[in-house]
Amino acid sequence: MTTSLIIPPGLVLILGGLLMPLLARVGLRSLVLIVLPVVTLWLVWTPPLGATLTTPFLGFELILVQTSELARVFATVFSLMGFLGGLFALRQQNTLELAAAFVYAGSAISVAMAGDLITVFIFWEVMAIASTVVIWCGGAKARPAGMRYAAIHMLGGALLMAGIAGEIAATGSTAFTAMDTSTVPRMLILAGILINAGAPPLSAWLPDAYPESSWTGMVFLSAFTTKVAVFVLLRGFPGTEILIPIGFVMVFYGIIYAILENDVRRILAYSIVNQVGFMVIAIGIGTEMALNGAAAHAFVHIIYKALLLMATGSVLLATGKRKCTELGGLFRSMPLTAVCCIIGALSISAFPWTSGFIAKSLISGAAAKEHMETVYLLLVVASAGVLLPDIKVPWFVFFHKDSGLRPKDPPWNMGLAMIILSIFCVGIGVFPAALYGMLPYPVDYEPYTPDHIVYQLQLLLFGALAFYLTLGWLKQTNTITLDVDWLWRRPGPAIAAFLDRFAGYTWEWFVDLVTATAMRLYRLVHSHHGPQGIFGRTWPTGTMAFWTTVMLGAVVIMSYFQ
Amino acid sequence: MIDLQPHLPILQVVIPLLGSLLTAFIRRGTLSWLVTLIVTWTLPFIAVALFLQVQAAGAPIYYKLGNWEAPFGIVYKVDVLSAFMLCLVSGAAAVIMPFARKSVASEIDSHQQSWYYTMYLLCLAGLLGIIITNDAFNAFVFLEVSSLSTYVLIALGRHRRALVASYQYLIMGTIGATLYIIGVGLLYLLTGSLNFDDIAARLTSDLVWPLEPLLAALAFIFVGLSLKLALFPLHVWLPNAYAYAPSFATVFLAGTATKVAIYLLVRVMFEVFGVALTFDRLPVAEILIVLSVAAMFIASFSAVFEDNAKRMLAYSSVAQIGYITLGIGLFNQAGLTGAFAHVANHAVMKTALFLALGAAFYRIGSVRFSDLEGIGRRMPLTMGALVIAGIGLMGTPGTAGFISKWYLAMGALEAGSWLLVFLIVASSLISVIYVGKLVEVMWLRAPSPAAAEAKEAPLSMLVPLLLLAAATIYLGFDTRLTVDIGNQIATLLLGGLK
Repeated sequence: MTTSLIIPPGLVLILGGLLMPLLARVGLRSLVLIVLPVVTLWLVWTPPLGATLTTPFLGFELILVQTSELARVFATVFSLMGFLGGLFALRQQNTLELAAAFVYAGSAISVAMAGDLITVFIFWEVMAIASTVVIWCGGAKARPAGMRYAAIHMLGGALLMAGIAGEIAATGSTAFTAMDTSTVPRMLILAGILINAGAPPLSAWLPDAYPESSWTGMVFLSAFTTKVAVFVLLRGFPGTEILIPIGFVMVFYGIIYAILENDVRRILAYSIVNQVGFMVIAIGIGTEMALNGAAAHAFVHIIYKALLLMATGSVLLATGKRKCTELGGLFRSMPLTAVCCIIGALSISAFPWTSGFIAKSLISGAAAKEHMETVYLLLVVASAGVLLPDIKVPWFVFFHKDSGLRPKDPPWNMGLAMIILSIFCVGIGVFPAALYGMLPYPVDYEPYTPDHIVYQLQLLLFGALAFYLTLGWLKQTNTITLDVDWLWRRPGPAIAAFLDRFAGYTWEWFVDLVTATAMRLYRLVHSHHGPQGIFGRTWPTGTMAFWTTVMLGAVVIMSYFQ
Repeated sequence: MIDLQPHLPILQVVIPLLGSLLTAFIRRGTLSWLVTLIVTWTLPFIAVALFLQVQAAGAPIYYKLGNWEAPFGIVYKVDVLSAFMLCLVSGAAAVIMPFARKSVASEIDSHQQSWYYTMYLLCLAGLLGIIITNDAFNAFVFLEVSSLSTYVLIALGRHRRALVASYQYLIMGTIGATLYIIGVGLLYLLTGSLNFDDIAARLTSDLVWPLEPLLAALAFIFVGLSLKLALFPLHVWLPNAYAYAPSFATVFLAGTATKVAIYLLVRVMFEVFGVALTFDRLPVAEILIVLSVAAMFIASFSAVFEDNAKRMLAYSSVAQIGYITLGIGLFNQAGLTGAFAHVANHAVMKTALFLALGAAFYRIGSVRFSDLEGIGRRMPLTMGALVIAGIGLMGTPGTAGFISKWYLAMGALEAGSWLLVFLIVASSLISVIYVGKLVEVMWLRAPSPAAAEAKEAPLSMLVPLLLLAAATIYLGFDTRLTVDIGNQIATLLLGGLK
């Protein structure tokens, strides 16, 4: 096959997204939503491995398409999410959001297929803009959140651009290969990527912005930005050790805040951070098995997180509510959604015979194989801890106390999207060979050994026990004021309560500090640049003339003393 | 039939001059508009023909006025740099003409409309004259022609502050021109010549020149032109002048006037004084870089807090001029390439933005944020184009703005300054805030009472706007027109750098 036959798959979705407002007017919106992602998927798989498509730009050769196993893994799941997200969103009234979501998905695929740093950066920025529009479509509360999101991602983009420019200046090559962190530009590139991955200290953009998007918006958002960052890390920085501690901070930050959180969608947003943390750790370990694990985990995580968000999105659409305390007992009237949500929760908890099990075990297996005892033990703790927030969502939404709400299961298209995702969750879990076969390195690993299953079930049992023991306390966090004295009298949740108080105090102190500093800075800037400030107001003509004279004098004096 | 080919340089200036006379006699708005349209649509052809001629010849074209020999007579000189600027200014003037008729008809009293076109053509003739002349005093004359007509263009604004803004610009512009002519006078006293090439040749000859008057001459010209090009902190006249001028005047000036002042400064610094004197003996590079960075941040912050959209974009212009002067201050290949690519790219994007606001003003009579709320859904094409140009202004890949930012960053790297790279990208973050604010107000808020009544802009306003929005994207991919020519200009300017 000649290179001229390759069509960049991401561009299909981007063009489709850009034309969607026009196509919607002639009633072709549903067709676009369903057909284009399938075409994209086909285009991902038609070119043979190693095929490239290049185009000249700014005196560089841009490699728009460079197929590899890793690129295929990510491009496949991204196209899949374009398809299922589109199916789920068939009834979303806001065409702008869907158009932006398709541009967003298309640029994510384009990053995955890219073969050089400039192409990565270009689609990285398109992704930031498109995702901001998706968030903005969430309503009034989403607007300021979207602005904050945009500002942080542009900062990430700026770091990335400075880094890439420096890398090209230093090496003269635009090639996107594995890098170390020995130079300043490479550190800047790493920092830019980590911001998108939701790494500390800026993790908060994710739970701040995503939950404010619409019931369909968050399904798209959860799939792309962080996972594209994981992909770029996988390709650019495998085995960078600093990623291991960063990943652990993400894991535990995500777990603790998800436990404390009452808002279902925010819980799931924190859960994205902790799940991506696992992937970042795996990339830091950097062996073939670990990298396989990171890729596999990204693949399955996109699927089960989308499933959970579709389930809670259906609930949000039907009830308009998203707080644990306001929901409960919905399994009676939404059985399908409840079952799908449970399957998603089982997968995210890495229950055997679900997709989470076969992916996560690759990561912990890799740590064990490398004899990284601390990493391994911390991973075990995290895997058990992650259960608490994961079980929380289905439990408080569909069971627990009866909220009296009786919403119906969602329409067929949303139900179908959830069923397909559920099938994927179980299917990948039962037949791991299909996913393992796609991974970049050969997999020499058998997840279903009796001792491994028993071991995982133990973890899950302990997690479930912890959940049961802390149920009263978890419930209590759902009220607005926390009765701290009562908590202290219970031995079981005492540690969690301490953590809560500690985290609460430090968090409040931190928020106060940040707010106060920000306000002081804002007032300072405003007092100088606002309409009444020295740089914002109109100067009297005499003042202008005076400054001209000052400048003339300064230039003359500086010239003579040079 | 005379062969016009050798006379193209003079036609470039004479045609708009004659056109302005004609419109002054016609005294009817629509007919004057038609004359202006024909004149401005002729000029780009001449400019492009000159450009191709220069490219083919590979050397500057000289045109002796009245066949008087240099250095006694006035000589016009067209090289890559001036041909590029001629194309840009005449192109900008031509593209916006369809927009003019309805905008001018709605904002200018009917008995003044004809004068308005007269002033517009005079201003255009002045700007083209500055670009094409090779004579320091002739440049001053054209500078005054363009400035005086600009004062009138601004003063005719409906807003009562237009008069004050115009008056302030008049005072400041005159100070700037005075400083420039003092500098030219010093040069004339020293060298006895007003011809740019001749002065340059004499300065580089073996004669020994007293350094002090030479330094003073450069300082006067530098500060005088900095005022005209609105270099921070000499920019304060600009926001009001742009904000309260009639829409059409703003659209025209934003893309051209400051750029021509930048051109003249570059010509004097690089070609007359030479790189060695300007940058090695004088702290001009340092001053330019510091003030440019200050402009990039301080003016951007002021833009963030503006509640008048035109004034906000005017502050943004000051910041963007900072990018251009930064590239000049770096005086290396990539930096100068970026600077001249940005001269073109910024002209395209800013003209588009002001066109969109002009269309909004035509429909709702205001450009305050409170009135622009929710206007996006009423004027989707206009405001869609504004979003595209705004995204370009932020420097997003796939748009023209990215190209210039990229080369500026490369220039900063070539100069070995990481700090500058960081400052370039960081300042573009502030533009994200103010462009984001504008987009948010226009597209996401519920329509204000004024905006609720608005309709899509008329076709004559939409066509130039959509054309420029398309150019914003096109120039983000095809960089032959901006970067390749910018590269040639940089090579030309750095030719003296041994």
